[in-house]
Amino acid sequence: MRYQTKATALAPYAAALLLALLVLPWVGAERIDLSDVLAYVSGAEDTAAGLIVFRQRIPRIILAMLLGGALSLTGATLQVLFRNPLAEPWTLGVAGGAAIGAFLAQAFPSLHMALGPLNSTQALALLGAAGAMGIVWTLARQGGATTHTLLLAGVTISIVSGGLMMLLIYFISPFQFVTFHRWMIGGLDVVGYREIVSLLALGTPGVLLLGFMAREYNHLAFSEDMALGHGVDVARVQRLTFFGAGLTTAACVAVAGPIGFVGMIVPHIVRRLTGFDYRLVLPCAFLLGGTVLAACDGVARTVIAPTEIPVGVITAVVGGPVFLYLLGRR
Amino acid sequence: MSSGRIIELEGTQFRYADNGWALDIPHLRLGEERVSCIVGPNGSGKSTLLRLAAGMLQPGQGTVRLDGRPLADMPRRAIARRIGFLPQESPPLFDYSVEMVAQMGRYAYVGWTGALAEPDRRAVDRALAAVDMNALRGRRLSHLSGGERRRALIAAVLAQEPGILLLDEPTASLDIHHAAAVMRLLSGPSTDGRAVVIVTHDINLAALFAERILILAKGRIVADGPPRQIVRKAVIRQVYGDEILVSEHPETGEPMIVARK
Repeated sequence: MRYQTKATALAPYAAALLLALLVLPWVGAERIDLSDVLAYVSGAEDTAAGLIVFRQRIPRIILAMLLGGALSLTGATLQVLFRNPLAEPWTLGVAGGAAIGAFLAQAFPSLHMALGPLNSTQALALLGAAGAMGIVWTLARQGGATTHTLLLAGVTISIVSGGLMMLLIYFISPFQFVTFHRWMIGGLDVVGYREIVSLLALGTPGVLLLGFMAREYNHLAFSEDMALGHGVDVARVQRLTFFGAGLTTAACVAVAGPIGFVGMIVPHIVRRLTGFDYRLVLPCAFLLGGTVLAACDGVARTVIAPTEIPVGVITAVVGGPVFLYLLGRR
Repeated sequence: MSSGRIIELEGTQFRYADNGWALDIPHLRLGEERVSCIVGPNGSGKSTLLRLAAGMLQPGQGTVRLDGRPLADMPRRAIARRIGFLPQESPPLFDYSVEMVAQMGRYAYVGWTGALAEPDRRAVDRALAAVDMNALRGRRLSHLSGGERRRALIAAVLAQEPGILLLDEPTASLDIHHAAAVMRLLSGPSTDGRAVVIVTHDINLAALFAERILILAKGRIVADGPPRQIVRKAVIRQVYGDEILVSEHPETGEPMIVARK
């Protein structure tokens, strides 16, 4: 493995993503005829098939790709920040914290505000993410906390936040339960492109911030002290990672709820296939995360068609056992 | 070689918040000798002193200067081009190759993409050659022996091309053969005439390879000078207790210590 970037390492991941983008629009409860879609594209006819593909499936696939990519990239950086290969927004409780914030903003309409694509759901999600990350970070820095304690704390935060949301929902509006429940598990019930714009508005700065520190993560993963000695401003990288991971997690959760395990497993696969150089790991994790979550959502849309399962159910059912396996192997 | 070689601590104090223990160094100049060793019992403040000198810790009081310039005013990258700091070995999160570790030493010289220019590659090659790890440059750290791993880490510090090297227990957990090899390497031509400051537990190796030994006890420097003046019965017993005998190296006559039965 060389320290030099090899752009060719990205190619297979990009190809997989492209393939998913071409195949997945045809996957779903409704059978789609190519001719109907072409008729819609040519503007000749407003066919139902065209509407389903372009107003429902494609925005949803793009959203899943952006979410999976952002969560995986964030997971990869959190794994270095916490020196814990099982860290990711959900297992650290960051997604749970963000979910509480987002939930409050949605459950109390009086809290709702919007500024272009940004809104109070995202703001409160960010606040919740910061709170959760503050708790686990304090635990991690106390020194007494082992790798496992940290995960225990993180998963507990996620579970407690789930419980709290359940509790609140019964108090506030039981009739909204089904809608909220799907969101709480992590679902992509979207129509149109509004959610994508709102995700990009908050998530892009986060992803860029994390992505531009790829080289610093190599040093940090090696050893924080060595990194300092090499000239890395470790405290600054840690602060910015906090901020960036908070932004991406809040952006994702505000749109789709807490989707677990993608952010943990994808970086593992990438490191296994491509090596440890984070200048490759981060972009590859973004591409593969996008492919994986879009594929999971494809499964979620078809496995008990015509009913759809929230994609968080699929990632939990697949990712949970992998998490346990990795936990046991350590 | 970059400039930057003399580190001065002036009225430097450092206190850990949780216990009453404090490091107190009224005045200290490092870097004039080729090889200096800082020795002392566990908890005497050796690592803390080294970290203060490397700018890794900020002193509670006093200043640390590099060639007259306060370290606190220098950006981390500027410090890294002048001071090479090797911390105590800790397990890395991922299993990097020897070459990648050595290349990490160039952080302070390259742009944000980390792409190495020709001088960077030459520095890395020189560093790997200096520690005799060229043949193993593609090897993963986990596939190296303890001594080889230590040499790979030293290569990263050498690739920084600093004026002074500060190393925290570079011989820890190595057997006597490999420990001596590391000391020979650090005091030999591989370090290119740079000043080398080594924190170590091993007074015998220190006496053999260093021109200057500093003995630290309870956060204070209790002895400072050439080995023959410092490693003497009175000083050693004051620091390590009465159960220690001072003898002589059979070849060089440098002082060495052994425990009493």
